[in-house]
Amino acid sequence: MHEAVLAEAAAMPWRRRASKKSLGREGRIWTLWSIGIAVTFGVPAALLAWIQPLALPVSAIFLGHGIAVLHLQAQRGARGVKPMAAPNSPAERTALGLLGDLVGHESRELLTDTGLAPQRGRLGAWLVGEEGAILVRPGGHRVHCFCVRVGEGADLPPGDRVAHLLLALREDEQGFATVSNRNFSGATWRLRMELPKRCRPALSAARSSAARRSAG
Amino acid sequence: MSRLIRLDRTGHTELASWTAEDADSQRAAIEAFRRELDEGMLASATLPDGSAEVVRVLPLDADLVVMRRPIAGG
Repeated sequence: MHEAVLAEAAAMPWRRRASKKSLGREGRIWTLWSIGIAVTFGVPAALLAWIQPLALPVSAIFLGHGIAVLHLQAQRGARGVKPMAAPNSPAERTALGLLGDLVGHESRELLTDTGLAPQRGRLGAWLVGEEGAILVRPGGHRVHCFCVRVGEGADLPPGDRVAHLLLALREDEQGFATVSNRNFSGATWRLRMELPKRCRPALSAARSSAARRSAG
Repeated sequence: MSRLIRLDRTGHTELASWTAEDADSQRAAIEAFRRELDEGMLASATLPDGSAEVVRVLPLDADLVVMRRPIAGG
């Protein structure tokens, strides 16, 4: 069987095709970067508090700054996905109807409740929003957030934007990851904290799916 | 009944539908399909296993073929 290649990915020959290996490498780089931030802010804060306990408020502010940077990283990933809002026009309802047919009966409720379309893939469990996607890697402990959208889709209803991305993902998962820009990679719990509450059940479901896949 | 649809501002538009027995409807669907490709749309045929396949020729045995616009990194 031949490997399908997404037309948009084929048009970007300068980009190295995403794979399990490349995602693993990117994940490790993100982890090192996060450790670097924690060390950069955490060690001086601890030293300052040890040398001069009266400077504890200052070291707390310094440490807080580091924690804020880590939060901002995950927040960027969470914001990039953009879940669908409830439909409020006939076109939006039509688009959501088709998207519901595409995701299938068992995922339709999750889609309407959370605004994110679930999709199982070889790289892990995906959640697709209007302008991005979340990939929960097998095992469920790490996520990758991707920023990707319909090229000229300003006039499209939200459901159609998600449908575009979902179809592209189904056509060629690795190509989809190749075309997309990276927003964030890190622990699933970090992203969960930054996601809107209504989206969290989708992340939990994707995590369970990814964990089952790892065990299977 | 197989369907060719385009994702657009209305939600979606049905461009053509055809059956295996109706050659006229197949011809009309193929013409509509080519027009969309010429306008820069991409075609995605949904497969029975839930995956999708990019197609450059209308697969007459597919249940649903969706014309979509290209995607890009955000």
